[in-house]
Amino acid sequence: MTKTIDEINEKIKSGKVVVLTAEEIISYVEENGIKKTASDIDVVTTATFSPMCSSGAFINFGHSDPPIKMSKVWLNDVPAYAGIAAVDAYIGATELSETEGMNYGGAYVIEDLIAGKNIKLRATAYGTDCYPRKEINTYINKDTINQAYLFNPRNVYQNYSVATNSSPKTIYTYMGKLLPHFGNATYSSAGQLSPMLNDPYYRTIGIGTKIFLGGTVGFVAWQGTQHNPETERLPNGVPVGGAGTLALIGDLKQMSTKFIKAATFTGYGITMFVGVGIPIPVIDSEMVEYLKVKDEDIYATVYDYSVQRRNKPSYGRVSYKELRSGKITIHKREVPTGSISSYLKAREIAHILKDQIKNGTFTLTQPVANLPTEGTVKALDIVSEEEL
Amino acid sequence: MVTEKLMLIFPPNIVKKPVVYRIVKDFDLEFNILRAEITSDLEGKMLLEIKGSKERINECKSYLVKEGVELEEAAKGIILDKDKCVNCGICISLCLGKAFYLKDNYEVNFDQNKCILCGLCLNCCPVKAIKSKI
Ligand code: SF4
Ligand code: SF4
Repeated sequence: MTKTIDEINEKIKSGKVVVLTAEEIISYVEENGIKKTASDIDVVTTATFSPMCSSGAFINFGHSDPPIKMSKVWLNDVPAYAGIAAVDAYIGATELSETEGMNYGGAYVIEDLIAGKNIKLRATAYGTDCYPRKEINTYINKDTINQAYLFNPRNVYQNYSVATNSSPKTIYTYMGKLLPHFGNATYSSAGQLSPMLNDPYYRTIGIGTKIFLGGTVGFVAWQGTQHNPETERLPNGVPVGGAGTLALIGDLKQMSTKFIKAATFTGYGITMFVGVGIPIPVIDSEMVEYLKVKDEDIYATVYDYSVQRRNKPSYGRVSYKELRSGKITIHKREVPTGSISSYLKAREIAHILKDQIKNGTFTLTQPVANLPTEGTVKALDIVSEEEL
Repeated sequence: MVTEKLMLIFPPNIVKKPVVYRIVKDFDLEFNILRAEITSDLEGKMLLEIKGSKERINECKSYLVKEGVELEEAAKGIILDKDKCVNCGICISLCLGKAFYLKDNYEVNFDQNKCILCGLCLNCCPVKAIKSKI
């Protein structure tokens, strides 16, 4: 039994489509088997709501009179990158405020823009014959600017590490506050609900795939940076560490602060919770084999974040079932676990997307091109020009 | 019989006085020391769970105040702002008293009665949903 995207879209239009979330399909397969599930179910919705540092937005401010070719830009005192055309800028999520430090930054600017708040814009320039103005101080909001779109170079990591701390000191990391002597461990993937763990070989998720992004429609723009499909995998296709990633794009003006949330990790910096939902078409029985994945089949590797090196010592693998139980065992001791992403919110997104597909407001897309299934991540070595 | 959590703050001049011992002797209260420390400015802090009759507890509180001990209702120390919380669960992994916990539906909840005011959760929340009144 195979289905094409067009056939599934016909069912969406006629209201006959059958959709389950990636959580619901687990028991459906257990009761009905692979073959029947493949014929009964048309779409499975997956989701995640996690801090994703590699996020940001392109903004076009419009031209002032006299015009300016902005070379340095600040939004609420947070620097944005302006080394592109005259009134375009990119505000990165992790950029810190020059006046408030870690209390405010790029992600907060993005959240404030989405919320419709006014933002202070300051820009400087060297001035040219065609762009004579050298400085501008004004206010903008999402209705006064031309385009504002989120463009996140790396989101939706396919699995990720578990972080712990063996040292005698508390450490503050992008995986949260880690207490001394294995006092706790944190993890980040949505596990069985996570998009790329339900399509481990990128058979349906590809470039151009239409998704739920931050409360509106978005698209997969490209493979994400550090896309690493050759990570070691279990027989079920699940990678045991960070593997595939996605670059995402979507209209910031249509997003909601319910699904985009600025965050500060004390001692580390600013990041942004991004809500993503990806529909996976049940094109054949093989797809069901992947979609039935559950927390106990997904493993992640525990790393010691107190070792300040690229390669950190590992304490072996644990399953998401163990992680979600609230404790894991490291070196024979019980270590309490906590998630840095919200499973509750991921579940909410999976249900919203399911409802949108069922009521015909969200149709599926065929990828325009596939994501690479080969390739690894390179390291940055410190070398002289001759050595390279 | 009631159980109450109390934070006792001893100014440097009485930090060595045996006031806690009198809690048992004179007021017939059971107590459990949840936490005790001497701060860098030589102030003593002790978090007690006291069990006994409401009347005796109140008499004991008056006695402590008379001796110069400052009292704080410990139960009001930590507050979870549910509107801000994104239900991640970082706080759960750090919480010594297991006051932060995950409900069956994966919602993060806070049980003030279990909090031992260790303060570990104070700077862990990425969206500043954990506040302190300490
Ligand atoms: S760390 Fe903050 S946002 Fe996360 S669950 Fe705890 S209180 Fe909520
Ligand atoms: S102060 Fe300690 S016991 Fe109380 S909620 Fe925070 S971490 Fe838990």
